Amino acid sequence: MIFGFPILSTLIWLPIIGGLIVLFVGRDRDQLAKWIALIVSVLTFLASLPLWLEFDKTTAAMQFVERTSWISQFNIQYYLGVDGLSMPLVLLTTFTQILVVASAWEVIKERVEQYMGAFMIMQGLMIGVFVALDGILFYVFWEALLIPMFIVIGKWGGPNRVYATIKFFLYTFFGSVFMLVGFLYMYFQSGSFSILDFQAMHLGMTAQILIFLAFLIAFAVKVPMFPVHTWLPDAHVQAPTAGSVVLAAIMLKMGGYGFVRFSLPITPDASMALDWLVIALSLIAIFYIGLVAMVQSDMKKLVAYSSISHMGFVTLGMFLVFDILQNTQSTQGSMIGMEGAMIQMISHGFISGAMFLMIGVLYDRMHTREISAYGGVVNTMPWFGFFAVLFAMANAGLPGTSGFVGEFMVILSSFKANPWYGIVAASTLIIGAAYTLWMVKRVFFGPVSNDNVAQLKDLNAREFAIMATLAVAVILLGIYPAPVIDVMHTSVENLLIQATTSKL
Amino acid sequence: MNFVIPSFAPAMPEIVLLVLASLLLVADTIWSKRYEFATYYATQVILVVVGYLIFESFATEQVITFSGSFVRDTFGDVLKLFIVLISLGIFLFSKEYLLQKKFYKGEYFTLGLFGVLGMFVMVSAYNLITMYLGLEIMSLAIYAMVAMRKDNQFALEAAMKYFVLGALATGMLLYGFSMLYGATGEIQFSKMAQVIASGKADDVVLSFGVVFVVIGLAFKLGAVPFHMWVPDVYHGAPTAVTLFMGTAPKLAAFAMLYRVLIEGLPGLVQDWQTLIIIITVLSLAVGAIVTLVQDNLKRLLAYSGIGHVGFMLLGIVAATPDGYSAAMFYIIVYSITGVAGFGMIVALARTGNAFDKVSDFKGMNKRNPWLALMMLFVMFSMAGIPPFIGFYAKVTVIQEAVRSGFVWLAVYAVVTAVISAFYYLKVVKTMYFDEPDENTKAEPVSRQLNWAVSFVSVALLILGLMPSSLITLCYNSL
Repeated sequence: MIFGFPILSTLIWLPIIGGLIVLFVGRDRDQLAKWIALIVSVLTFLASLPLWLEFDKTTAAMQFVERTSWISQFNIQYYLGVDGLSMPLVLLTTFTQILVVASAWEVIKERVEQYMGAFMIMQGLMIGVFVALDGILFYVFWEALLIPMFIVIGKWGGPNRVYATIKFFLYTFFGSVFMLVGFLYMYFQSGSFSILDFQAMHLGMTAQILIFLAFLIAFAVKVPMFPVHTWLPDAHVQAPTAGSVVLAAIMLKMGGYGFVRFSLPITPDASMALDWLVIALSLIAIFYIGLVAMVQSDMKKLVAYSSISHMGFVTLGMFLVFDILQNTQSTQGSMIGMEGAMIQMISHGFISGAMFLMIGVLYDRMHTREISAYGGVVNTMPWFGFFAVLFAMANAGLPGTSGFVGEFMVILSSFKANPWYGIVAASTLIIGAAYTLWMVKRVFFGPVSNDNVAQLKDLNAREFAIMATLAVAVILLGIYPAPVIDVMHTSVENLLIQATTSKL
Repeated sequence: MNFVIPSFAPAMPEIVLLVLASLLLVADTIWSKRYEFATYYATQVILVVVGYLIFESFATEQVITFSGSFVRDTFGDVLKLFIVLISLGIFLFSKEYLLQKKFYKGEYFTLGLFGVLGMFVMVSAYNLITMYLGLEIMSLAIYAMVAMRKDNQFALEAAMKYFVLGALATGMLLYGFSMLYGATGEIQFSKMAQVIASGKADDVVLSFGVVFVVIGLAFKLGAVPFHMWVPDVYHGAPTAVTLFMGTAPKLAAFAMLYRVLIEGLPGLVQDWQTLIIIITVLSLAVGAIVTLVQDNLKRLLAYSGIGHVGFMLLGIVAATPDGYSAAMFYIIVYSITGVAGFGMIVALARTGNAFDKVSDFKGMNKRNPWLALMMLFVMFSMAGIPPFIGFYAKVTVIQEAVRSGFVWLAVYAVVTAVISAFYYLKVVKTMYFDEPDENTKAEPVSRQLNWAVSFVSVALLILGLMPSSLITLCYNSL
């Protein structure tokens, strides 16, 4: 903490309070609401920069810690802090938020203040999830997040939005209540809700297995992993563009973050015993969901399935550690897999965000997401075509883009664990390229297919700025990922020690 | 014969309430013609006075008086203070409702005061007879309140149903009481506990007594399988009365359960714990599943209330002092949330339209975004979603169940919580995502009610952000 200034609290509460202000003053004053939202987002982003600049890379301990008693009766604390695992995700959140606000600028016309307010409150809660170090506090942010998202999908979404949003809510709620029971059980064993105490406490094998399964349900729904992924395509297709961006870029990361913050360090022995389960589900997601993506006729659905497939790499990379330890008697080889998983989360945040924004651009003009309604878009929208192809390549994992780095690291690592894992995982390089490029071919290339496409206008300045920012991020992370890896290195090392130290 | 004058001081709030309520009963007949709202204002003043009396002499230790039939302790005082606070809110809502529905009568408020008196006596009863007395004072007042709308057949049916079933329940309870007395030879709770602990009581009679007492309590709490009256009566009664009987009496019923089972029969914990577990499991199931198909909001809240009672009973099942505290916290939170929920229906009720169907809320976000937001608070609080206070209520009872080793029950309870989230979501969905019907026009809600509803609903959020003091209060009172 620099000069004792509570940066993390600022990052949580600035957007939430800003969001409330927008809700109150913005009614029927759309411009005002938008500007407040934009200014607060930029301020929050600026306020999050010190996290990066002042971050101490040499320690795995929590930094920027804030800690006061909250509910003294149960020893629940308002306990915040970041380490190398959570800090990049916080920055990803504050960065994405600016694009989210900008993307809605001219698109949302109905109840703008509620839309902006919901997204701003959501941002504060998402940051809260990443920085909370108390189990109950974490759960509060985790669950509270559902409320604004429920409203956003249900109110500004597509025709089948009510079904999608209720499904989204109930799936996630169902997953997380078991986690809560797990927290309560651990509280009675350790006498505290602090996540660090959870990580340090001893747990018997039965307890570990049950807690691991409780966590698995909670995080698998969020990631989402096969077979509890079915809410995601519905939610994505129905959500407004910015809703999809937030879902894909940040909310899915909360599941991955949960695995590294809770599952691996708190239940290492159960993780080791059940790693086959997670690995199998991840491989199914990578391979099978990739095939599912290929046959989609709706662009958003295609990208949604591709998200599930890509998130498979995240969970795969995280749980390879035990096999590698067995094969090589050292955790060195799994380092690259774990870091690959973390990079994949950041990179997927950029790429999926970009893909959904791209579809949003088309949808705003044509009001359809059917691939068959397009064709030859590049002829009428050359700049847009440029960005679209770039992001599509990144989605397919082309070297030089951020999509390559994470997937490559995980694939390398999985060959060390078991060549068969590697082969299945590497199949994504073909499948991913197939579904992405096929979509690009059908939408962008070829002759102009109909009059609607012929009348399309190219990107305006706002859209151009959004796309260009993301393009820079994708390429930068692709050719020079070292700074991000540096930041998380010590924490990942520590995580591997925790994951491989038996608690029995 | 040595007659000792008992100490009246511990019962001062009850005595003052009784005297003032009786005076008001007379005064109402005199001034009701001339000053329309005099009774209402007098009622509120009386409640404030009584609340102040309790607050000012807040009990820090147990005092027993009237030959061991009346107890004053922290537990009782906390509950009484909340009964007063909640009743203040209820009467505020009721006045507007009665005016709008054109059956404003002073009797409503005097009956309400006697209901409050009955609750006080239940909270402070320390033997079986006083308990029965308190229960009857409260119940009779509420029977009459339900029947107040003489021209409405649903209200009359509800009143009849409530009266008959209530009498049956009281009968069961009384039967159980008499068996307990027969087995132990005592009516005072602490002495009953001693006799049972010494092993001199007849086990068979005692067991029967416990069963009947638990049945009676379940009736009064509205727990499954003795819940049949709840939806019909809540639905049929005028909403203001539903508001009254759905909230404050729950606190009194909880106090009754605590005094009888926990203070009176701690030695039989094995017996009643099993019964309560069955009741809990059933209540949670009915509260989660039957509620799904309700399209009337009053019925929906009634059924969901059954589920909430099930959650509260989780704390009782834990059978530890902390568990009882958690149950107390839960029931207080539920009552406050209930005031907000039924209060919302009252606030939106208009002449000629009950505004109690879920579909009446269609597109409310368009007509009245502020109240829609408040209703969203209430719904999410009831569903147990943070950051609202309902979440902490659920966490505390589940936590105590886990602590006592009932992990399976805790898991079962959270699953029912997920199922029940669906119908709360449905209400939010109706308000936010559905288009308003042509014929439901925006009707101005009176400024006073708007403030009242907002106050209670925002309190759910504020308490949720800072639940510490309320939790500590409950945990320190036992």
